[in-house]
Amino acid sequence: MIEFKNVSKVYETGNRAVRNLNLKIDDGEFVFIVGRSGSGKSTLIRLLMRELKATEGTITVNGKELGRLKRSEIPKYRRGIGVVFQDFRLLNDRNVYENIAFAQRVIGASGREIRENVPEILKLTGLSAKYKNMPNQLSGGEQQRVAIARALINKPSVILADEPTGNLDEKNSEEIMKLLYEINAMGTTVIVITHSRGIVEASGKRVISMEKGTIRSDTGQAAAAQADETVPWETAEPNWGGII
Amino acid sequence: MSTFLYCIKRGLVNLRKNWLFSIASTATIAACVFLFCLFYAVVVNVSNIAYQAETTIGISVFFNEGVSAEQKEAFKEQILEHGGVKEINYKSADEAWESFKADYFGDKAEELAEAFADDNPLAESDSYEIFLNNIEDQQAEVDYIRGFDIVREVNYANSVVSALKEMNTLITAVSVAMISILFAISIFLISNTINLAAHFRKRETEIMRMIGATNSMIRAPFVVEGTFIGFAGALIPIVSMLFLYKRAEVYLAERLSSSGQLSALADIATLIPFKEVYPVMLAAGAVLGVGMGFVVSFLTIGKHLRV
Ligand SMILES: Nc1ncnc2c1ncn2[C@@H]1O[C@H](COP(=O)(O)OP(=O)(O)OP(=O)(O)O)[C@@H](O)[C@H]1O
Ligand SMILES: [Mg+2]
Repeated sequence: MIEFKNVSKVYETGNRAVRNLNLKIDDGEFVFIVGRSGSGKSTLIRLLMRELKATEGTITVNGKELGRLKRSEIPKYRRGIGVVFQDFRLLNDRNVYENIAFAQRVIGASGREIRENVPEILKLTGLSAKYKNMPNQLSGGEQQRVAIARALINKPSVILADEPTGNLDEKNSEEIMKLLYEINAMGTTVIVITHSRGIVEASGKRVISMEKGTIRSDTGQAAAAQADETVPWETAEPNWGGII
Repeated sequence: MSTFLYCIKRGLVNLRKNWLFSIASTATIAACVFLFCLFYAVVVNVSNIAYQAETTIGISVFFNEGVSAEQKEAFKEQILEHGGVKEINYKSADEAWESFKADYFGDKAEELAEAFADDNPLAESDSYEIFLNNIEDQQAEVDYIRGFDIVREVNYANSVVSALKEMNTLITAVSVAMISILFAISIFLISNTINLAAHFRKRETEIMRMIGATNSMIRAPFVVEGTFIGFAGALIPIVSMLFLYKRAEVYLAERLSSSGQLSALADIATLIPFKEVYPVMLAAGAVLGVGMGFVVSFLTIGKHLRV
């Protein structure tokens, strides 16, 4: 479970990006975070990754209070959180297989584990045929799938995605979202920041709307339960790229 | 194990991407270690020659004309009583002439000395040759001997030895200065190489951090790179010293034995066996090269990790 209690984040510039925020996300939930540019969505994710420390309040993830983590405990904590960004953040000098295996090498997995796990994730993300390709030999959607595969390989309990479809066309966006729903269906908590109204409306999932660093509205878990039966893309509105 | 090999591999990849700086750093370390080895070899050998000169040449005491054998014997007794003497040998005038001929004329001794026939030019050159237990006492002993009325002249290795010792002081001063400068340049270059590598790998480092790599894991490839540079830098001079030293030994032996005048020096002026000087050279390589590469890269990359 993820819980924010009276969390504020003030950057060194004096910029108050998050103000007195309270939020609870249960295990296995799928949550969208929307809001205008500068409303503090990315800051929220960086706080969750413990890349930033909250100025006030407490953030608890799976029973661990992030503010109390020692420096040496942070890497281990991050292994339980997979992150995906708009710009993919792949190693451009290494192929698909190596990019994914990289996340395993970094945590000291054995060669055997790597040889077992990587093909499995490649299959799940539909990249089996492209494992030898370099990132520049892939479409944007494929590159994002590599990033997701890398985020997944260490079996995190939470996936954080900051505008994962921001650089993708409609078809690729759909596929990435479908993959994220599948991952969520397997039990992983997924938090997605997006500017795409189409994606959000079609999903029927919980939507947290931010404004000036606080939560303006939260459809809550109830809304998500109601909309569970919705088939995402058949009901998508035509203005899929509209800014909320 | 796989992680360990991976770090090594990434370190070597860094090295290749960064080849110009890597070569510059390696070359400077090589120069630094090489100079150390060279100066060390010169200094220990010069000291050794000085020591050999002192111990094998001994103190030669010559007497005034007409000093009787009894007086000489009494002198010997007094010297022995005075203490500190390891050995005292009487060398008659004939013996002195024989050894002079051998030293000075070399192989052609008999032929060239023919002219002198039975007329020993070194008559009255009988002497005592004195060796001390403790070479440091030499000057005091010489002063003591000079105090005897019957003594005409005292020869000892002083002038050669003090010249050699002065030379060594100079060499040491110069080498300390040069090695320090090269050492500083090496540190600067390795540090720069690692900074450059960190710059090239900034993206990779960020990704590593994002997916939960520990600092030591992020650090490892850079430290491998620095240590490898240090290792290569140390290896080159140490291997080349092996060859140079062997050549120097051969050269010195040939030069001294082929020139009659210096052949007496051949016994004294031999190089210390290589296997005796080698451990210090290896230690210098390990410290100035490998150790420095490790420490500097470790500290340099540490600065990048703090942010
Ligand atoms: N490193 C930083 N230092 C200072 N201020 C920052 C920093 N990062 C973000 N901010 C500020 O904090 C506020 C929130 O930024 P944040 O990146 O969280 O917004 P966002 O909701 O993700 O916006 P976008 O939709 O454009 O990505 C903004 O006013 C931004 O200018
Ligand atoms: Mg953002």
